[in-house]
Amino acid sequence: MSGTDVREAITRAHHEEWARVVASLTRRFGDLDIAEEAAAEAFATAVERWPADGVPPSPGAWLTTTASRKAIDRIRRENKRGGKQQEAQLLHDDDPPEPVGAIDDERLRLIFTCCHPALAIQTRVALTLRMVAGLTVPEIARAFLVQETTMERRITRAKAKIKTARIPYRVPSAEDLPARVSSVLAVLFLVFNEGYLATGPGTDPVRHELTAEAIRLTRLIRALMPDDGEVAGLLALMLLTEARRAARVSASGELVTLAEQDRGSWDVALIAEGHRLVRERLAARQVPGRYQILAAIAAVHTSAGDVRDTDWSQVVALYNQLVHLDPSPIIALNRAIAVAELDGPEVALAAVDRLQPRLAGYHSYHAARADLLRRLGRSQESRAAYDKAIDLAGNTAETATLTRRRGQLG
Amino acid sequence: MQYLVSVIDDGTGRATPAEDAAIDVFNERLQAEGHWVFAGGLGAPVSATVIDNRGEETMVTDGPFVESKEYLAGFWIIEAADLDEALRLATEGSKACNRKIEVRPFLTA
Repeated sequence: MSGTDVREAITRAHHEEWARVVASLTRRFGDLDIAEEAAAEAFATAVERWPADGVPPSPGAWLTTTASRKAIDRIRRENKRGGKQQEAQLLHDDDPPEPVGAIDDERLRLIFTCCHPALAIQTRVALTLRMVAGLTVPEIARAFLVQETTMERRITRAKAKIKTARIPYRVPSAEDLPARVSSVLAVLFLVFNEGYLATGPGTDPVRHELTAEAIRLTRLIRALMPDDGEVAGLLALMLLTEARRAARVSASGELVTLAEQDRGSWDVALIAEGHRLVRERLAARQVPGRYQILAAIAAVHTSAGDVRDTDWSQVVALYNQLVHLDPSPIIALNRAIAVAELDGPEVALAAVDRLQPRLAGYHSYHAARADLLRRLGRSQESRAAYDKAIDLAGNTAETATLTRRRGQLG
Repeated sequence: MQYLVSVIDDGTGRATPAEDAAIDVFNERLQAEGHWVFAGGLGAPVSATVIDNRGEETMVTDGPFVESKEYLAGFWIIEAADLDEALRLATEGSKACNRKIEVRPFLTA
């Protein structure tokens, strides 16, 4: 086996096995911190040993066994220093390996623990990326533009809270499940969105590593909870959004709107998969949640080969359904933008203006107004709205587009 | 596992008779289901006295150790299997006493 093959095997094992190793060690030793450290040590050992010894026939089992030994070593060291409370757990030393089904469940436990609502949303995101996705602390710190020490502290505190407050390591009870699943999905959606519209002057406008990670984790949840409509909806939404990634930023580094994108460069395989999921949810004949409706809207857009073929009445109907479910002003703003295509910019502008008290600090509100005012020939007001949007926008490619549009005003 | 469930008052003052009655119902349930350890309401912050006897001389100060708009009005100590159970109980407790509530674990040995 060549060095490249071994490196690939390690990368693949990291993608496929990290969460399993952390999950099974957490259950066995009852401690996230021990599990995380031991998993990291096991992968470091693999990097050292596999090139010489070869890739083991079952990398997952090798990693779990190695990590368990590291964990036991650590517990023995700590016991020698005085603490005896871990001793009992060492009795499980000779546990047979877990059957695969049970381990799948444990990854789910890990996800629910990392996304517990008693943790702040940013903390849930960080913890999920570390424990479930296996990103390193420096990688997560870079992704969210914070200092490494800050991110390290955030994760350490979260682990301490889980332990001290006894946040349970289990799949929530049926009565808690819908709320807890939505907490998990919120975390994944946040990771995806940060990748799709990255904030901050120093980053790429689209961060593929984050969107890819979010999709990978959502696929995992989907595999573990195949009957959950919102999980399917979020996955479809991500796929149908990711499908347009290549068309989203122009050669000159501007964000390209849906209407102006080169639809030929959309990823047809991702679109087909997304459409399949949306159809599956429609066939289920259950009342859809917000992710399913958002996915349906994305499906309407990606069904049109040309922007002029878009079924806007369908888009507005779906937004009406969504507004009913989620009264957030951002949803109302997106609905108004669709209304402009159906009923004209004047009607849409009236709807957008009504959102002023709640969205005055949001760049998309001003960008939408600027666009509608431009279409109505009200250049002066449009220019003022572009100024505000540019002031508030955080994404470099978006700022570039807004600046060009402002420059084109008569 | 024990949790301190603190009742946070932000100026509403003493509980009304209706709130007292709801708290009684909640307390009876805590006792019936084995979650009850202890509970009590506290006098207003102005009734507090702070003692500092770390130095040569005992310092006695009138009033609470920290002045704030929000203060501890009372508390429960409950027994719960884990944070999920504690939060579920606290959610009902908040409804019963009609106040904001903080849940904090006791340190275990």
